Amino acid sequence: MSSVLYDEPGPRARRVTLYASVVAAVLVAVLLFLVYRRLDQNGQFSSARWSPLLNPGDADFSAVWRLLGGGIRSTLTAAVLSIVASLVVGTVLASLRLLAGRVSRLPVIGLIELLRGLPVLIMIYLVSRVLPEYGLDLANPLWYLVIGLTLYNSVVIAEIIRAGVASLPRGQGEAALAIGMSPSQSLRLVQLPQAFRVMLPSLISQLVVVLKDTSLGFIILYGETVRTANLIIQETKNPIQMYLVIGALFVLTNYALSRFAQYVERRLSRSSSAEVIDEPVTAMAGD
Amino acid sequence: MGVLIDNFALYRDGFLVSLRICLYAMVGSLLLGTLIASFRVSPVPPLRAFGAAWVTVFRNCPLTIVLFFFAFGIPEVGINASFFTFGVTGLVFYTSAFVCEAVRSGINAVPTGQAEAYRSIGLTFGQGMRFIVLPQALRTVVPPLGSVIIAMFKNSAIVGAVGVGGDLFSVGESLSSAQGNPVLPVLLGVALGYLAITLPSAAGLAVVERRVAIAR
Repeated sequence: MSSVLYDEPGPRARRVTLYASVVAAVLVAVLLFLVYRRLDQNGQFSSARWSPLLNPGDADFSAVWRLLGGGIRSTLTAAVLSIVASLVVGTVLASLRLLAGRVSRLPVIGLIELLRGLPVLIMIYLVSRVLPEYGLDLANPLWYLVIGLTLYNSVVIAEIIRAGVASLPRGQGEAALAIGMSPSQSLRLVQLPQAFRVMLPSLISQLVVVLKDTSLGFIILYGETVRTANLIIQETKNPIQMYLVIGALFVLTNYALSRFAQYVERRLSRSSSAEVIDEPVTAMAGD
Repeated sequence: MGVLIDNFALYRDGFLVSLRICLYAMVGSLLLGTLIASFRVSPVPPLRAFGAAWVTVFRNCPLTIVLFFFAFGIPEVGINASFFTFGVTGLVFYTSAFVCEAVRSGINAVPTGQAEAYRSIGLTFGQGMRFIVLPQALRTVVPPLGSVIIAMFKNSAIVGAVGVGGDLFSVGESLSSAQGNPVLPVLLGVALGYLAITLPSAAGLAVVERRVAIAR
């Protein structure tokens, strides 16, 4: 395989690569063995630690998974509500920014930059402490989490949508205006529907970010997966096993979502006339 | 707003702890991320697989779980360290996956023709890297890398919340929970602390991005 770093290998390069592969494989194996030995010496493979999570015959299995199942449902509820709300608010923000004049768009830009510069955790905590102070006690921490996540992700989605509209051929908007549509009609009926299509991969990637960020609900005592796991391990005393299992659930779900985003991106770049934004920029940053 | 002035020393110390977390994590994740990226672009299959697995795990796992795993899991196997060390290590592992992907996509963004051209005019591998590939790759890498570092500064709040304590977020948390402190001014002070770093960085990054952009 040729790349910008190295040419198609000849016989000597192939030999060198083979030797290097053997050495590297041995090193990786040694590393894994050291981790395994460390875990084994400290009794981390004992069935007492694993079977509440993995063995359906264990006395605690059903109780543990009933709790974890509730946590996973709470995670999914918060994630779905947040992404839907972010999509709505984000579209409104993007439309405001695109339709407003040079001066009147400044407050919108200011708001977007402000919300983008704050950690999500601060947003969630701020919402949960400040809203009750001013008489808006929502009782269920779910809503504070959803509002906090929406504040952050709606501005990210607004930027994604704006980039999507900007990537459309100029003729689309001009044609809409030429047949007598108002700027807002052109945006709503011509540009936004295409922008959503172009930005679909980025929007799916943003779902990964939201799903990961729901775990910040622990700070306001929302019973999502991670907080539930923290409560369970106080009884079962198996933090390593527990975090590995719920970590694997997150990794598998998010990996599947990212692959789906890539698949959608490939489909779109085959059929679409507009330029597809190739890297889902926001999801790359690790927010 | 009196609470901000009264507790200025607390805020300043919290800000410095956040900066310290970020500084260590920045150095660590840039080094580790570049190493993992070199694994992923190397021609050696086991290293490529290791790099790919590393990135898949740490990019898709919530930082919260990584941090809790370090804070509560690692002591179970007889490795003890301060929450600060565990927190920074967790942040380094998590961020290294994003650094790796930024570096890798920067290298892959250099067209293969550039390498073929330097080989055909007789430059060696080292010369080609130095004069042709890396200058172009670095220009492409800087903007996404900047975003990763800014995101990492924001993530330092999570490190504080999980157990390090004493950072900017934790200061706000304890001040706002204390009796008699109005919540909004306390937390706005915290928000200002983060914005003082993220807004100028983002603005600076936008300038750099425009200056180093290459027309391809």
